[in-house]
Amino acid sequence: MTQDFTENFIDVEGVEKVFDVRRRAGLLRRERHQVRAVDSLTFSVPRGEMVGYIGPNGAGKSTTIKMLTGILTPSAGRLRVAGIEPSRERTRLARRIGVVFGQRTTLWWDLPLIDSYRLMHRMYRIPDARYRENLDRCVELLELGGLLETPVRQLSLGQRMRGDIAAALLHDPEVLYLDEPTIGLDIVSKAKVRGFLRDLNAERGTTVLLTTHDLTDIEQLCRRVMVIDHGRPMYDGELSGLHAFGDGERTLVVDLERELPPVQVESARVVKVEGPRQWLAFPAAQSAAPLVARIAAAYPLVDLSVREPDIEAVIARMYARAPSPERPGEAGAPVGR
Amino acid sequence: MADVSGSVRVYGLIAGMWIRSTLVYRTSFALALLVNFLVTALDFVVIWMMFSQATSLGGYSFAQTAFLYGTASVSFGITTFVLGSVDDLGMRVRDGTLDAFLVRPAPVLVQVAADRFGLRRIGRLLQGVLVLGWSLARLDVDWTPAKLLLMPVMLLSGAAIFGAVYVAGAAFQFWAQDAAEAQSAFTFGGVTLLQYPPTVFARDFVIGVTFVVPLAFVNWLPALYVLGRPYPLGLPWWLAFAPPLVAAGSCALAGLAWRAGVRSYRSTGS
Repeated sequence: MTQDFTENFIDVEGVEKVFDVRRRAGLLRRERHQVRAVDSLTFSVPRGEMVGYIGPNGAGKSTTIKMLTGILTPSAGRLRVAGIEPSRERTRLARRIGVVFGQRTTLWWDLPLIDSYRLMHRMYRIPDARYRENLDRCVELLELGGLLETPVRQLSLGQRMRGDIAAALLHDPEVLYLDEPTIGLDIVSKAKVRGFLRDLNAERGTTVLLTTHDLTDIEQLCRRVMVIDHGRPMYDGELSGLHAFGDGERTLVVDLERELPPVQVESARVVKVEGPRQWLAFPAAQSAAPLVARIAAAYPLVDLSVREPDIEAVIARMYARAPSPERPGEAGAPVGR
Repeated sequence: MADVSGSVRVYGLIAGMWIRSTLVYRTSFALALLVNFLVTALDFVVIWMMFSQATSLGGYSFAQTAFLYGTASVSFGITTFVLGSVDDLGMRVRDGTLDAFLVRPAPVLVQVAADRFGLRRIGRLLQGVLVLGWSLARLDVDWTPAKLLLMPVMLLSGAAIFGAVYVAGAAFQFWAQDAAEAQSAFTFGGVTLLQYPPTVFARDFVIGVTFVVPLAFVNWLPALYVLGRPYPLGLPWWLAFAPPLVAAGSCALAGLAWRAGVRSYRSTGS
């Protein structure tokens, strides 16, 4: 097995994943067709980067993560994580990666939280000192202190998610995959999880790849975002570029001292007026600062806020523009959701 | 063999977690253990009732039949105790929870074997040991060193052969997730079969369980040697010592099937 040295921690080259799907087409006859869950996917992630991976349901996000962890074997293409081919050396790779499935816990349901951690300690053969240090750190930052002796089934969704993240990090993985880590969490829990991930990436240099439907996750955590749809990469770059790419518009909400006629200002237009409050749309790629300065110079400004375009709206626009490759039976494809 | 000791260690870790999990519900555990013991004992009650009406079954006495029953039950008891819910793999495949096993630094088969480990399953093994002990006390076996040696070899090889059937069946569930029923025909059906003398079955049937699915090597052939009874199908006597080889071959084939199964695992959406 050749282990070519690459600077990139994750290397994906022309990867495909095709599923055979059999569908009942009559009493006994079954139709077979192929669903391409991931198609000619190429990207690389340098060590220490934090990447957001987004796309609608069924786009191929989970399938990609499952190939990166070795759960699924790619149908074609080349895939390396830390120089290892995941599906061939899954067990060896396992020591170097951490995985959190947002919709599924890997903690032991009926046992106190600490028991799951003790199992990780022994299964991964984590040296005692390091285990204690990592556990203490996770317990402190994820606020798990009072929960260690609580059976997992009694934890709230947010507590359990934090518990799952800690479980994935005790063995010091070099990369952490998170599949929708904030799904279903309340605002406070989301903020805790995000803050923790940001620190983890900044202090430990852990490479992070996360899928999400929540734009705020990406905005607060990732400079780089990858968009996938129908198994095909649509965009790979900075988040701000995505806004421009998607023809997005941001909204500036201004509160004036009193009711006034719609604000007249260059490069923005008023889309809504409600008493002293006005909504102005401006191109997402453009900075809000000069716009605010111009308004403040000409109008009695009391308060303001900038609203990012909703990710679903941005992506929806992207998909609408992109020609969808023709494939039979891709609607309701049972994979990669 | 660091691999093997590592696997045993991981097995122990996971089994320990399941034991602790089941002990959370103590009453339920005690009941499950009792039920497991009683349900498996019912099989023997059936044989007992038959012998209350007749003195022999296919030319075998009660004690001889009990010997077959005991050896088959002990082997199968070891298999179900160790491999527990391997036959429920289809469920893990269907709901995608197998994913979590695949990202751990331990062989998937070991994790699946230890999955839902249940101490209650010792009920079947205990019951088999009791019947086997009783039959040995009643039988007048002409013990030789070869026969003494054959006893543990038979029980362990038998467990390995059943284990191979379990694992092969589980591997098949990667493709057909609802195959657990078909698998039961070979495992639970197989053990029920072996609890009776081969002489009560049709010839073609005996050929099938000798050469197709080699269940006859679990206990029939070695046990008949111990009992000094003639072999079915006119098979040579030395086949009594073939079980370890048959077990090794079956396990190798099952291992290949398992690998192919894992590679074809497709997980589920999300």
